[in-house]
Amino acid sequence: MKYLRLFGAFLRASIVGEAAYRINFFIQLFESLLSLGISLAGLAVIFSHADTLGGWRPDEVLALVGVYFLVGGVIGLVIQPGMEQLIESVRNGTLDFTLTKPEDAQFIVSIRRVEIWKLMDIVLGLGVLAAALVRLGQEIGVLQAAEFVGMLLAGAVIIYSFWLILATLSFWFVRVENILVIFQSMYEAGRWPVSLYPGWLRYGLTFIVPVAFATTVPAEALTGRLGWETMLGAVAMALVLLVVSRVFWRAGLRRYSGASA
Amino acid sequence: MKAMVELYIQQFKTTLTMMFQYRASLLIWMIGQVLEPLVYLIVWSVVSASSGGSVGSYTTADFAAYYIILMVVNQVTYTWIMYEFEYRIREGGFSFALLKPVHPIHSDIADNVSSKVITLPVMILIAAGLGVVFHASISPAPWAVAMFIPVLLLAFLVRFLLEWTLAQAAFWTTRVGAINQLYFVLMLFLAGQIAPLTLLPSPLQAAAAVLPFRWLISFPVELLLGRLSPGETLVGLGAQVAWLVVSIVLMRIVWRAGLRTYTAVGA
Repeated sequence: MKYLRLFGAFLRASIVGEAAYRINFFIQLFESLLSLGISLAGLAVIFSHADTLGGWRPDEVLALVGVYFLVGGVIGLVIQPGMEQLIESVRNGTLDFTLTKPEDAQFIVSIRRVEIWKLMDIVLGLGVLAAALVRLGQEIGVLQAAEFVGMLLAGAVIIYSFWLILATLSFWFVRVENILVIFQSMYEAGRWPVSLYPGWLRYGLTFIVPVAFATTVPAEALTGRLGWETMLGAVAMALVLLVVSRVFWRAGLRRYSGASA
Repeated sequence: MKAMVELYIQQFKTTLTMMFQYRASLLIWMIGQVLEPLVYLIVWSVVSASSGGSVGSYTTADFAAYYIILMVVNQVTYTWIMYEFEYRIREGGFSFALLKPVHPIHSDIADNVSSKVITLPVMILIAAGLGVVFHASISPAPWAVAMFIPVLLLAFLVRFLLEWTLAQAAFWTTRVGAINQLYFVLMLFLAGQIAPLTLLPSPLQAAAAVLPFRWLISFPVELLLGRLSPGETLVGLGAQVAWLVVSIVLMRIVWRAGLRTYTAVGA
């Protein structure tokens, strides 16, 4: 509860800060719409030559695009800005100020920066998702909806833990921004069902850079093609990564000596 | 002319050492350059396999060859000058470049070429590896291979000049993200990145032929794939030269206007 209140406070601060730059709203709207337009036009080109893509019907791929935007929005809203700031603050020593705060430092670094305009991607993602579901005309039972939400949460936890591990590397290596670039390139591949990719790339996108859990798996849950093994696997992976990233974070903190502050 | 050659030799000496410092970053940035075409390669291979082994005039192996060559052509011609320019102007660092007695575009060209001296061998290795994995094969005529070099060079020059001109939008606004993104969308669709141009709806194909985009990426790729007749190649070469002239003129006009509005922000 206290954590929610804290998040609310950071969110308010960010809204107040950004309200001075209202033009950013329109820039982000333009960029998000453009990015969505590319995805949709790309699908249109491909489905003008094929009826299904690796067994996925057009509206199912559309649902996947919705999930891709939704999760991408969450990453851009809070995960990425927080982790980038963490890396920055380890380098210039300002992490000291966070560590002196009475709350859990991992929690604070994870939520303290919110890029509110990225909410746009989340809204657009939800919109696309809703449109895809209507077009699929398929009854979504309570169970399926629960599976979808569960997989989305597991995916978000996996992505968050993965980013935290990458960002925590900065306690040992000062320059790690480039590793984040790798993630961004790999996330692009999540626009498409990972089942399309040849084995080595599919494993890479599932276990090395776990993009598949964030996009393909929730979309599969929604379109009712997910076995319980994958679901259990995703939940187990989320829990394991969450613990590993926590352990890693504490190991990193022990190394931290406040470089120059 | 001699002064220019000497200038470039000196530039290359410094930029090569500089770029070599960034070798790890350069390799990491390549991941995106490889992955994007690779994803489209895979998507189109799946489409092709599910519709009887070909889409339009492209077989599954053709798609592999198309995207692997595209990867290399894109690597040779790409620039990051938009980000660089925005940063320079936002941070005011551009003032120093203006003090030098030569046009700043020359050091940018040297930067760009140096980075590619380092990354291109790696890219060619990756392309060869992917060619084996995806069973790509090409059989271009000897004249097409010979023409590929000048066509690729022209593509690089035109793309560099156009993007250098576009980058100067930063003179007027330091929020150039939206402009750049619009440009990338046009490149994605009209330069043949999202699909070979012949698979696009015909209005888009027509637009691609009139605008510069096709000549920057798709044209060299099609040439090396052996899909162009000598006549079509000459027409393409003419289009490239025409765009080269247009882009030089544009660059000069925008540069003069931009310089007049330049006030170093932040420095």
